[in-house]
This record gives sequence, structure tokens and C-alpha cells, in this order.
Amino acid sequence: MPDGAVMPLCEPCHPQPNTPPAVVLDNLVLERGGKRLIDGLSMTVPAQGVTAVMGPNGAGKSLALRLIAGLIAPSAGRLECMAGEETRRRIAFVFQKPVLLRRSVRANLDHALRTYGTPRRERAERLAELLALGQLTELAERPARVLSGGEQQRVAMVRALAAAPKVLLLDEPTASLDPQATAAIEALIRRAVDDGVSIVLVTHEAGQAQRLADNVCFLHQGRLREAAPAAAFFHSPSSVEARAYLAGELLI
Amino acid sequence: MQDFGAAFAEAFALIVGLDAELVAIIGLSLRVTFSAVIIACLLGLPLGALLAVGRFPGRGVVIVVISALMGLPPVVVGLAVYLMLSSAGPLGVLQLLYTPTAMIIAQAVLVTPIVAALTRQVVEDLHGEYDELLRSMGSSRLGTIATLLWDARYSLLTAALAGLGRALAEVGAVMIVGGNIAHVTRVMTTAIALETSKGELALALGLGIILVCLSILINAGLLGLRRTAERLAYA
Repeated sequence: MPDGAVMPLCEPCHPQPNTPPAVVLDNLVLERGGKRLIDGLSMTVPAQGVTAVMGPNGAGKSLALRLIAGLIAPSAGRLECMAGEETRRRIAFVFQKPVLLRRSVRANLDHALRTYGTPRRERAERLAELLALGQLTELAERPARVLSGGEQQRVAMVRALAAAPKVLLLDEPTASLDPQATAAIEALIRRAVDDGVSIVLVTHEAGQAQRLADNVCFLHQGRLREAAPAAAFFHSPSSVEARAYLAGELLI
Repeated sequence: MQDFGAAFAEAFALIVGLDAELVAIIGLSLRVTFSAVIIACLLGLPLGALLAVGRFPGRGVVIVVISALMGLPPVVVGLAVYLMLSSAGPLGVLQLLYTPTAMIIAQAVLVTPIVAALTRQVVEDLHGEYDELLRSMGSSRLGTIATLLWDARYSLLTAALAGLGRALAEVGAVMIVGGNIAHVTRVMTTAIALETSKGELALALGLGIILVCLSILINAGLLGLRRTAERLAYA
């Protein structure tokens, strides 16, 4: 199938090589103030599974995520959503620090459903589903911004799932959470994977990547240094940078 | 001193006895000012939100002009509206001069920049926080503005109350375009000015006390709003 031939950019990222990837980044460049923050980044986001994006601070992980989301435009290069515009609108984003509206939990989710264009007659049912999914039913009427950090991030997660996303971009979603809250978020991630959502997870934690990831893309200085199945990456990283990073050395 | 004491006593008698003239003046004052603030909000909220979210040439100039207009002297607004509405003016045919409508127009002109400038500030700050989220959700421009206005509701109510306070207290604009005609365009501030100059201190004092009480009420409302917003983390 010719589709397969278009995507050889980072073959190890495919869990099922026969299904076309959801998003392809082709030689993306992002320049700011004369500096190349993203420097010729080519990678694919498979149609399913968890892709962990790892790398030291300043590697361009969050920028790569924002490029995929279309929140920033690349200075050069191409970004392709394989299912076309339909996928484009169904890429959801969860930020490290949850941005919640100044409303109740219920109103936050209702706003998302309306923004994502969920038909009116389905909204009440979806809303109840999402509240249950995030274990938020009892918190539904509380102002979202008075909740604990973990509860807020759960709201942000199920709000993203309100989009019925094809791709879910997670930018260090558990960076500031305790283990219990982290477990709740990871459970939501697994649940989304089971539902066929493709996840791109930026994380600093090797442990988290090992628990969740099917593939790892390792970035350093705005470039993709390594893309491999998670087991292979953690067992025997092929690049010098990834080896140093996993060994806990300071990468500059 | 005895005169003052007697004037105070008489003022309280007017207030407690709900003196008809006093009540009529207060009623007109509130009607004019509330109408003006509602109109100012209808114009100022969308204008401020548009300035906060939109990017167009001349935006910076408009923001500077509107901010400058916040401190517009009421007498100058009165003069400008007078020129517009006087028989020789462009809107003279409407015959609005010396009517409550003229006073509403003048106060709306006075308050709109306040509402617009405060709205711009508040919505711009909130937009900075919400921008990436709303864009990642694919929110339309109109949807974004609606979300921002609703989520800034406490701050915007504060802006409206600030406008209310200013309109209720000003005397210059309503004096010029209203003419302070008894039973037609006489409001609290113009009545106080007139009665004081006539030496009729009782009515002036009575109105003054009411005006101060209203001002305290408005500020108490502001404080209460701010407290509620902080408690709900909606500030």
C-alpha cells in the first residue's frame, strides 16, 4: 500500500505498521530570535498507543507538542494530519498546569462539549459519563479552581476527552502531582488508550514512560535523537545523549 | 451652628417622611444613572473585549484614547453633548436638550470609556491565561469573547459599579444638558448645588446624606463581590 511508503520517517514509532499514523512531522523548524528551537524535527504520531516524548529541559518537547496541536506555526517544514481536517479538530491538549474556567466543574465540561460541537441532546449524557470517568460526580457543582491539584488535572483530562479526540497531547500532566493523583491520571490515560486514542506524552519521568509508553521519541536540542519501542529504548538506548540522560547525567 | 443643627434635623425629617420632592429627585437620579450605565455596558463591554482580543491597525491608539477618556471632565462632556443636541447642532432636530434623555446620553458618554477601558484590561489578562486552551479547543472568535466576558463577570460587574459611582456623583454634565429644571431634569447633584446656593440647606443636606449612603452601598457591593469572587477562586 503506497500509504506505508509515505511514512518511513521513524518506523520504530509504529505499533502497527499497517495503519497510517495520525500525524506526521516532516522536517519541522521553529526559529525564535535567530535561534533554532526546533531543528529539523521529523517524527510520526501513530494512530494508536502511547508515544512518550522525552529529553532534557530545553530539548523542545513542549514546543513539539504545541506544533502538533497547531498552537504555534512552524518556521519551516510540514505537518500532516493523515485523516485531514477531521483529525486536526480532534487533537486535544492537556497542559502541565491545568487551565480551568472560572466556573463549576460541570460548567467547565459543558463548555467543552459545546465548544467541540456536541449535539445538544447528547450533552447531558456525555456530561454524566465524563464526570463518572473522572470520578468527579460528587465535585460537579464545586468551583473548579478551588479543587486540589490532582482533582483539577482530572477535570482537565476528562475535558480533553470531551473532544472524543483521535490524538491526545499531554504536556507533563503529572509533573506537580503526588503519587496518588498521578495514578488517577495514568488510569485515565490507559482508559483512553483502550478506547483507541493515540497519546503523545511529554514526561521527565523514566518510570512513567516505562509504565505507559509503547514508543519513545528522545529529543535533544530541538532534534529527534532516537525513536524506538519503549522496551528497546530503556534496555539499550542507541544514542549517546539518550544513554547519558537515562544514566541520570546532566545533559546540556 | 444652630442653623446647621436645624437643617440636619429638617433633612432627616425629609428622609424619614419620604418627602415627595426628595423621592422624585432621587427617582430621576437613579433612572438617569442606571439607564446610562446599562447603555455604557452594552457599548463598553463588547468594545473592551474586542480591543483585548482583536489585533488590528490603530488598536494601540484606540486603547490610549479610551484610557484618556476615562478621566474626561464631566463639564466637557456636558458641553460636547450640548453642542450636539442644541438647536443649531447636528442632532438638534431631535429636540432632546433639557430632557432626561439628554442627561442619559451625556452620562453614557461619560461612563462608556470607563467600562470599555476596564473591560479591555480585565479581558486581556484573562485572555493571556485562556488563549492556548481555547485555541487548542478550536473555539471560534465569538465563542472566545463570550467565554472571556462570562469568566470575567465579577471583575466586569466591578467595572460597571465603578461607572455607576461616577455617574451618580457627577454634576457638570447633567447640569449643562439637563438644565436642572424642577420636576423634569432635577437630579440629586444638581439639586444640591442649587439648594445650597439658595441657602436652603435642609433639602441639600437630605440629598447629600442619601448620595453618601448610596456611595457606601455601591462600595460595600464592590467589596462583597470581590470577596465572593475570591472565595470561589473566580477572581
